[in-house]
Amino acid sequence: MWRQRKFDLIVVGGGPAGTTAARYAAKAGINVLLLEKDRDIGVPVRCGEAASDEGLRIFVEPDPRWIKSVITKLRLISPNGRTIDVDLKQKGYILDRRIFDYDLAQYAAVEGAQIVCKAYVDGLLFDGDKVSGVKGEYLGEPFEVKSKLVIGADGVESRVGRWAGLNTVVKMKDMESAIQKTISGIEVNEHRFDFYMSREWAPGGYLWIFPKGPNAANIGLAVSGKYSRFRSAQRYLDDFLQKTFPDGSVVSTTVGGVPCDKTLKKFITHGLMLAGDSAHMVNPMTGGGIVPGMRGGMLAGETAAEAIKEGDTSEKYLNRYAKKWHKVGGRNHERFYSIKETVSKLTDEELNSICDAVEKIPPEERTIGKVFRKAIFKKPSLLVDVMKVFAGV
Amino acid sequence: MIKIKPGKCDFCGCCVAVCPVDCIELKEADISIDYNICIDCKLCLYICPIEVFEDVETAEV
Repeated sequence: MWRQRKFDLIVVGGGPAGTTAARYAAKAGINVLLLEKDRDIGVPVRCGEAASDEGLRIFVEPDPRWIKSVITKLRLISPNGRTIDVDLKQKGYILDRRIFDYDLAQYAAVEGAQIVCKAYVDGLLFDGDKVSGVKGEYLGEPFEVKSKLVIGADGVESRVGRWAGLNTVVKMKDMESAIQKTISGIEVNEHRFDFYMSREWAPGGYLWIFPKGPNAANIGLAVSGKYSRFRSAQRYLDDFLQKTFPDGSVVSTTVGGVPCDKTLKKFITHGLMLAGDSAHMVNPMTGGGIVPGMRGGMLAGETAAEAIKEGDTSEKYLNRYAKKWHKVGGRNHERFYSIKETVSKLTDEELNSICDAVEKIPPEERTIGKVFRKAIFKKPSLLVDVMKVFAGV
Repeated sequence: MIKIKPGKCDFCGCCVAVCPVDCIELKEADISIDYNICIDCKLCLYICPIEVFEDVETAEV
């Protein structure tokens, strides 16, 4: 029984970051317990469910069972309704996260990690200043489980980090207040992502249509916390749906916060590492968090196994994880953050004029890199950051 | 002070993430505010995508 055992590693949270951390840690030979507060892994889905083929392949072989749409095109819609289509160099997917997350948990379990659902963690155990386990409630009964290490993959609200003294609070301007409805009985291009950029539709964020086959789509938007106080995300979305898909059926609604921030300065302390949304690892420009979360999870899981084997779970040792994260993604995220900051300040007139300029690139020559390069001429302050990110695209 | 409208919450954690004093408790399908800790900053009200919170006069509660 897991409640009576002591573990090398406890992972809190069963999303992609948590299950990937558990998987790689167990694979490296340490014993792992993963605690999920909800009754099912993968439910409820709080996500637009988009991910790139290239990103997913680092960790898993894409499986038709969890791919709802294969995306080859991207459409940007300007405030005045102009559309710009761009062919994607690398294909993307719209996933069914319920099946995807479940499979990720399966991979972790197969490697030997023990997964428990309906286990609500409400505090940490400490040995001096070192995290030494978790406490919580399971089916109405309190529990305490000791471990040499804890990984907090408890999502945007990360309280695990806070309990250990890490500042995980998301600043209002960097928090995107998001809502999405899965609409059925409509016609959409099943191979295209649509992005609406306008202060009118989604100030400080964007509105998306992500197809799930030819007759359904995840339609959602995110509004920056800077603006959500004046009008809620729900009202913006209801307006759009009323105008655009008045006859569609809403088969699912989900809401959530997306931390479009730089990665936390400090997401490690003695005996504890954070991974995924909890460490603010989301790509701050796109709001995409599946692949970055899995990357963080993998690095944290591997580092956990090394730390256990070396017998050193100090903050100093665990900082290897932060260094690795920074090397593979963190630095780019800082650049994406600067781009987000600039783009979110563009007025609708500026966005229109950028789209006018981009439209002059012949469709067959359009790449995301070229679209950005064109945008730079209209808004030179984007130059430095975009060059750094897209050099070579 | 901030009040939770019953039956509206989807338990997404958006409010917990911006709360500067960690006074919101969110379980699987249960949300509550610890008023001993709450500083009435209203950030939860401002960030909630679906208007779960309302700002009421203290006398009403």
